[in-house]
Amino acid sequence: MDKFLFTVDRDPALVERYRGDPRGTVEWWEAEEANRILNCISDERSTWLAFEDDEREALATHDHVRLFELGAHPFLTLTLFIAMFERDHGPLEYQLAYGEALKHLSLPYPDIAT
Amino acid sequence: MAEIVAVIASTHHPFYYRASTAVGDDRPPFADEWVRKIEAFRETLTRARPDVLVMVGSDHFHQLWLDNMPQFLVGKAPFYDANWYNEEREFGLPRMTLAGQEDLSAHVLRGGLDLGFDLAFSNELRIDHSITCPIITLRPEADLPIVPIYTNIFAPPLPQPGRFVALGKAIRELVESWPSDQRVAIIGTGHLSLELGGPRQFGEHGPDPEFDRRAVEWIANGDIDGCCREVTLDSLHLPGNATHGFMDFMLMMGVAGEGAKAHHVDSLDLFHTMEAYFTWYPNGAPQVGAQDGAAR
Repeated sequence: MDKFLFTVDRDPALVERYRGDPRGTVEWWEAEEANRILNCISDERSTWLAFEDDEREALATHDHVRLFELGAHPFLTLTLFIAMFERDHGPLEYQLAYGEALKHLSLPYPDIAT
Repeated sequence: MAEIVAVIASTHHPFYYRASTAVGDDRPPFADEWVRKIEAFRETLTRARPDVLVMVGSDHFHQLWLDNMPQFLVGKAPFYDANWYNEEREFGLPRMTLAGQEDLSAHVLRGGLDLGFDLAFSNELRIDHSITCPIITLRPEADLPIVPIYTNIFAPPLPQPGRFVALGKAIRELVESWPSDQRVAIIGTGHLSLELGGPRQFGEHGPDPEFDRRAVEWIANGDIDGCCREVTLDSLHLPGNATHGFMDFMLMMGVAGEGAKAHHVDSLDLFHTMEAYFTWYPNGAPQVGAQDGAAR
């Protein structure tokens, strides 16, 4: 999940693609990109990376609450989701609603350690 | 040997650039006060007349990623390009290029390894807002060569808080043993209590004003012992899920030294997080107007 959020967030075209077609982007990314080692040529790929079903579904439905619960790094999710959705709202409106949707969670938050 | 002319610890608020340059209806109501405080803070560095800046910050998943994550990294390059697409997008930060001070980078790397810190290094480092924010606030001319030092406060498992303090002490020792006549300022930025991507984010104040009050006291008084007695990797989850950035303040307390009271202490209570600014002069405060004298 973190690798998806990281690689999409840093690419303006992918940010727009994920905003407009989340399920299609997640499926394409899992098939083509998930195993790419970021500083290696394409032939030298990993062989084992894939989403769990609930991870894939959370990403495909833009479900930031579920991503948080599943232990996605909160900074990555927040940054990418602000990029996609802040534009549809007034100043800070999106950020506040994003936090409000997480209000049912209490400490300790899901572990994000490797 | 080189002289440490100022030690500076600061928050790095990525919204300052946009807030301070906004005009008319876009200018937030707190911008004028914020600019006044930053300009007073900037003067504490200007007055020290530095030649070189050692800049301690933390990459926010820009160049450093989970496939290869160093705990502490020193840049050694002739130049550092700066700021990233997602920082331009979210904060309106400008792209920048800063010169590097490679001799000091090499000295810190060699000496740091010999002191027991297994430092990673980078010969091609694009730095982010943890380093460019203090350039924008403290040295907007961006005209001095830097040595960037990155810490991992972001991708657990993290080093213990005491390790940050120890590295700060080592950085001071290393700069003071650099065979050079350059005047060095050591600047580091972190956070007080902060929540990112969690339920306590973007509140009217930082998520834990009581932690912030105590943190400012620890830093201003150089109370490393008191701070280390209370701050652990576990305890830092309580004030906010991004509060581990406070360990960069602890590193800077290590640079300043046990019991070192800051010469300049200021803070600003903003929505989302509290700003805090500290300057120490290890060799005494420079005279006001010293820079004018030097210029003449």
